[in-house]
Amino acid sequence: MSEKNRYEAGFGSDAQKEPRRIVFITKKTSAKVKGEVGRQVMSYPQLILREAIAFEILTIVLVVIALLWDAPLEQLANPLLTPNPAKAPWYFLGLQELLHYFPPIVAGVLIPGLVVVALVFIPYFNVNIQGEPLWANHPRRRLNLFLGCIVVLLVFFGIYHAWTVIIPTVVISGLALTAYVPAAGRGRFLEFLGSRPLSWWVMTWFITVAIILTIVGTFFRGPGWSWVWPWR
Amino acid sequence: MIMNSAQRALDQLRSTRVWKSIFRRGPARTNRTRSLAVFGNLFLHVLPVKVRDKSLRVRATYYLGSFSFFLFLLLSVTGILLMLYYHPAVPQAYRDMKDLRFVVSNGVFLRNLHRFGAEAMVIAVFWHMFHVFYRGGYKPPHQFNWVVGVGLLLITLFLSYTGYLLPWDQLAFWAITVGTNIISYVPLLGQPMRFLLLGGHQIGENALLRFYVLHVVILPLAAVMLIAIHLWRVQKDGGLTVKEDHEREK
Repeated sequence: MSEKNRYEAGFGSDAQKEPRRIVFITKKTSAKVKGEVGRQVMSYPQLILREAIAFEILTIVLVVIALLWDAPLEQLANPLLTPNPAKAPWYFLGLQELLHYFPPIVAGVLIPGLVVVALVFIPYFNVNIQGEPLWANHPRRRLNLFLGCIVVLLVFFGIYHAWTVIIPTVVISGLALTAYVPAAGRGRFLEFLGSRPLSWWVMTWFITVAIILTIVGTFFRGPGWSWVWPWR
Repeated sequence: MIMNSAQRALDQLRSTRVWKSIFRRGPARTNRTRSLAVFGNLFLHVLPVKVRDKSLRVRATYYLGSFSFFLFLLLSVTGILLMLYYHPAVPQAYRDMKDLRFVVSNGVFLRNLHRFGAEAMVIAVFWHMFHVFYRGGYKPPHQFNWVVGVGLLLITLFLSYTGYLLPWDQLAFWAITVGTNIISYVPLLGQPMRFLLLGGHQIGENALLRFYVLHVVILPLAAVMLIAIHLWRVQKDGGLTVKEDHEREK
């Protein structure tokens, strides 16, 4: 794809007949139909029917939940009476947990900003589009790079004593390292780990950290953001 | 027997001139009329006429995108009904919550639907995004639709967040206080942005009104636009990413 196509094909504006498909075979490429379309069915009724069923299931489940539980409602808002701890909505409690460890500019601005930017740019990193396993090529060099990144991350988190970030980071990077040893014949789970690309590991690490931070922020944080056990 | 006569009655109805004048087609018996059912309908025409049967499997998508969209619809309906009982004013907003509980018929049920639906939508949208990532649904030619999806995620979070303040109870007030304090840490623009969002330096009547307008007008409109683009682009980009059987075994 890198070299510029030296051929051009086009149709006259007065083309009346069925357009024909023309294939040019150039160097380094082979004539190949890109992906089988597979069996297709009509959207109406096949897709519409399934969507209708999904909608009904959703409605029933939501109605049952709304009948069984009541939405929380506390006392009238009082700016003079600060609850301890004051908590953000649950999906921001991961961020609030980060705010507990890191300076506000890092936890409140830099990290969420970087996460959004990273999400937007995911499809434009056209590296490893085939999804090759992390340790498939140059395993030695990649291992050094990988360990370097993990150490830098852990030192950074360690400076701020961010234990609830360090623990999932250690676990996930440990799993990635177990995949370094050839996995053939070591069980399905290890073979699965061995076949995962780098993007999979990064996303899994991110999701794990986000979920753990959210759970900790929701259930395990009490007055002054101190650690509490929810069952006590 | 009953089914047959019901089917016949339905077919007769679909063959009437009035029906055809509305739907521009007869019964969907042939693939031509089935196609017309999709692209001849303003609301369905963003969808593809044909879909891969593999993409219909529950395991392919878990219908997470559909659930996100349907939750948005349910939230719009329950939200509009709630607007009939709500005044974005201090402290009337809180009294309206009490009225929903003790005065309005099924008021609690209505608020429960909206509240739990909102939590479910945040979960559904996150789950949808992660699932699409793990299936490689962001890869070419779907790059831009992924970006639209990120926009929809942010709108969903902001919709939920602006709705959080509206009951005007302690939970709402302090959750929004914590959140908006984060904004002020943004260098240079932090304080002006917070002032713009709250309509003042403190969370008060102006903030409630602004959050209300954002919650019921600006953000839903933005969401509708992006949802339309998002669905339409699925069709334009050649349908959902479907893993072939040999790929799944990997």
